[in-house]
Amino acid sequence: MKSETQQIEEFAKREYKYGFVTNIEMDVAPPGLNPDVIRFLSAKKQEPEFLLEWRLKAYENWLKMEEPHWAHLHYEPVDYQAISYWAAPKSNDDRPKSLDEVDPELLETYEKLGIPLRERELLAGVAVDAVFDSVSVATTFKEKLGELGIIFCPISEAVREHPELVQKYLGSVVPYNDNFFAALNSAVFTDGSFVYVPKGVRCPMELSTYFRINAAQTGQFERTLIIAEEGAYVSYLEGCTAPMRDENQLHAAVVELHAAKDAKIKYSTVQNWYPGDEQGRGGIFNFVTKRGKCAGDRSKISWTQVETGSAITWKYPSVILLGDESVGEFYSVALARGRQQADTGTKMIHLGRNTSSTIVSKGISAGHGQNSYRGLVKINKAADNARNYSQCDSLLIGDQCGAHTFPYIEIRNPSATVEHEASTSKIGEDQIFYCRQRGISAEDAVGMIVNGFCKEVFRELPMEFAVEAQKLLGVSLEGSVG
Amino acid sequence: MLSIKNLHAKVASEPREILHGIDLDIRPGEVHAIMGPNGSGKSTLVQVLAGNEVYEVTDGSVAFLGKDLLELDPEDRACEGIFVAFQYPVEIPGISNAYFLRAALNAKRAYHGEPELDAMEFLTQARAKMKELGVTPEMLNRPVNVGFSGGEKKRNEVFQMSMLDPRLAILDETDSGLDIDALKTVAEGVNALRGGDRGILVVTHYQRLLDYIVPDVVHVLVNGKIARSGGKELALELEERGYVDYGINQPATV
Repeated sequence: MKSETQQIEEFAKREYKYGFVTNIEMDVAPPGLNPDVIRFLSAKKQEPEFLLEWRLKAYENWLKMEEPHWAHLHYEPVDYQAISYWAAPKSNDDRPKSLDEVDPELLETYEKLGIPLRERELLAGVAVDAVFDSVSVATTFKEKLGELGIIFCPISEAVREHPELVQKYLGSVVPYNDNFFAALNSAVFTDGSFVYVPKGVRCPMELSTYFRINAAQTGQFERTLIIAEEGAYVSYLEGCTAPMRDENQLHAAVVELHAAKDAKIKYSTVQNWYPGDEQGRGGIFNFVTKRGKCAGDRSKISWTQVETGSAITWKYPSVILLGDESVGEFYSVALARGRQQADTGTKMIHLGRNTSSTIVSKGISAGHGQNSYRGLVKINKAADNARNYSQCDSLLIGDQCGAHTFPYIEIRNPSATVEHEASTSKIGEDQIFYCRQRGISAEDAVGMIVNGFCKEVFRELPMEFAVEAQKLLGVSLEGSVG
Repeated sequence: MLSIKNLHAKVASEPREILHGIDLDIRPGEVHAIMGPNGSGKSTLVQVLAGNEVYEVTDGSVAFLGKDLLELDPEDRACEGIFVAFQYPVEIPGISNAYFLRAALNAKRAYHGEPELDAMEFLTQARAKMKELGVTPEMLNRPVNVGFSGGEKKRNEVFQMSMLDPRLAILDETDSGLDIDALKTVAEGVNALRGGDRGILVVTHYQRLLDYIVPDVVHVLVNGKIARSGGKELALELEERGYVDYGINQPATV
């Protein structure tokens, strides 16, 4: 390893180009990935031995893997050795001192979305005392949850305080060698959320990462683990409608859900990371592995996602339907505009008897956006009377964009019922004109048509989120129609 | 209320002119009919008045209630009181008729600085109008024009028209594709809107509709110009002789 002085110099140089004051702490690993970096990272986080070994195994597997290129995506190769895999959480000195120092374009978007001033500061990462308010709010919630035996904390905290749970479930749904990005994440993940809902407990509130927004800089390799024990229920919200300021281009998150007998997990995401400029420069690459396991009978896992951000989205939230009569759901709205590319969908793996799954995917393409739905419905031999209903709809705005559908269906049991419906429609000039002749402006007309197109998905979102998501789509599509 | 002077227009992307100088005046309360053979420019005139940007006005002027209509965006024209019942009403999947119509009503109200209509007020109004026009209530919940029969689409246009209460109603070939019963219902709906200071402009190829919506003034549009104007008897003359007097061998009857 390089000397500390060299490291500081490199880090200082790297930070300088972003124009922030570089009064930095010294905890930073040099760019590149090797076992030493992983040991360094694990040691910094004071992790138990099992986790370090797990990380190293993941790393060894990752070395043998190749970045997948089967998706309908085009991007410049990622240099994995140019990334620094450990940097200490930023201190307040590194952050913008006030909103005056934040990109005005970002502020304009906050304005349009009607985000309260305080939240804007939070989202933009401004170092202000207001943050402490939210921390105390989070603490109040945490106490309330604690009374019910619910654990909701950063995963690094769970590693220290509940190592037995982490050891039992981490990698149980997405193994460390599952795929290239999941292996990378397993080797180097820094933080994420951990939720444990004990037997028979219904979590009384929507759990949101928002409550711990400042508790940890989750960074680019986020790891989330949610466990619902027998008969438990939890609804988890990830992300927020406001664009998050983030300097990391590559994001490779892993989310694992485990539902025991009669448990229900509802996982909702609104992802609105920076999509890049008009030419697509500087946008986030989002390579995510999300998977839930309906381990027990009559368990249910439901994914709802609204994907409007990122330059590249590679994401297939899936459900393994292991328990008899278990239910998997996937509701998705994906928007690709400008130069955005989205390749997203789901996998429903039916293993148990009388299992059922529902897939509703709504892809919107505008500008030069490319949107692909990719889904697998797999009915295994033992899955008697399995049912699936899939609906994939594409909406095109303008004539420079593209929509693609790649449905895969594998059926090994003759008692299965599988339905697939697909449609492609276009917002036509004639529809817009019709609305305008009735007094509705072109922008409102597009918003109305798009929201009408998405409503089957929006109604799956928690109420407040649904309203925000509608607004977000409206803002994202501004100027898409001439 | 509507004053068209020397209006020339063409499809924006093509050089050929379609309207070669139209002059037309409609006063409050009058019902005018424009009759003309295929390709005479009837639809172009309607689209130009509505503000469709596919068309380009190359000369002339249009004043509507003292405003320069051509300066206004289509939605502002609508809010000022122009309503077009289209020949081919567009389908909008995913949006219910009720939602659409309420959005239109509220856009108009916002334009005039009036408060929004709440869902209850809207429904009460809508139900009353639907009863009048013989529109089935379930139509409110169906997506705009999706899967509607030809007759249902036209009836829906007239229903929207009566809800939006325009100052000038323009009906573009409202009779096309209608059987005689549907035609009668639609005409009744339009007749119910007659009177007061509302102007109505009926654009049609065929005389038949004018048996039910009797116009005050009839204009014959041929080759992008008004060839003749007269009273309702002009329509009957066309019914008998077709457009042959204007050099076009097309009948004006179905």
